[in-house]
Amino acid sequence: MSRRPYVRKVERSWWLAHPRYVAYMVREITSLFIVLYCALLVVGLVRLAQGPAAWEGFVAAVSSPVNVVFQLGCLAFATYHSVTWFAVTPKAMPLVLKGERVPSKTIVAAHYVAWAAVSLVVLVAVGN
Amino acid sequence: MSQTITIEVLRYRPETDAEPFFQTYTVPHLEDGVVLDALNYVKDHIDPTLSYRWSCHMAVCGSCGMMINGEPKLSCHAFLRDYGGRVIRVEPLDHFPIERDLVIVMESFIDKLSSVKPYVIPKAEKPIEQGEYLQTPLQLMAFKQYTQCINCLLCYAACPQIALNDDFVGPAALALAHRYNLDSRDGGKGERADVVASNQGIWECTFVGACSEVCPKHVDPAAAIQQTKISASLDWFKARLLPGAN
Repeated sequence: MSRRPYVRKVERSWWLAHPRYVAYMVREITSLFIVLYCALLVVGLVRLAQGPAAWEGFVAAVSSPVNVVFQLGCLAFATYHSVTWFAVTPKAMPLVLKGERVPSKTIVAAHYVAWAAVSLVVLVAVGN
Repeated sequence: MSQTITIEVLRYRPETDAEPFFQTYTVPHLEDGVVLDALNYVKDHIDPTLSYRWSCHMAVCGSCGMMINGEPKLSCHAFLRDYGGRVIRVEPLDHFPIERDLVIVMESFIDKLSSVKPYVIPKAEKPIEQGEYLQTPLQLMAFKQYTQCINCLLCYAACPQIALNDDFVGPAALALAHRYNLDSRDGGKGERADVVASNQGIWECTFVGACSEVCPKHVDPAAAIQQTKISASLDWFKARLLPGAN
């Protein structure tokens, strides 16, 4: 008797089959907003290089209500990505110190401390 | 038979069926029974033509992986009582061709596993008279969790990248490659890199993380792959910035 293996099709809706796949797709799609925000920053740099008038125009544009909502969305998604990334850092970067594994909680906490420290430095730098 | 439970099993008999179909069986509901017991009951008392793989019945051999209500599980590890008397749907592992009923075709995995050379390749061969290749408990700790893999393929059934690209080397094979790369006795990392660090290797992984969620032995293949990405990137830079360093 000859073999006749049956290959099942992958449905286009495969990612709706389980909450873990939906969460993954949300991570993937929201990352697009991070790209868009980076593009906005690049545009800002270009306008800054073009002189005071161009910069004033850029500031006015990013202060519009629609743009503020967009930036708040980007901030929320960037925070979401930071939190989900910090949560998996012990997997990607396990540490062994003095023959003992550093607990996952410590590695995650160190990232939050570093995040707060860098944010503080940036805020102080902007304040000056 | 006081209490019963209904199971729906995906059947496929290549000599007669054009495509798979669900067959329903009613079996005794045992408080300490698992889905594998239900299948064994069907085979012994109702329908001897039902085909599926199993061996140890204790989550060690890795033979009895199946989709149980859509989740990849070892059927010897899936207790009937956890399904609250509801219908239990049993299918062959996702992302593999079906050979017959619940039996999948796993040649592709065997080829992928072989391709990463999952064995110790000594840094330098030494004659037997010089004794064993010794290892400290600390050196063992570096990779021990990855030795727990039983090749059950639940991670392949959970991984959407495997579904979308047949050629992806996949979680278990990459975790085992990492296991040997981390072994203090091993010097085969460079030989494995051609497959491991290729586009079909670690870089095809988008860190969905499903492999680690379904792993019955807590191997955490997703962690192994992310660690390999870091290590392979460092090796790539080292090879270009410090030629001759390795």
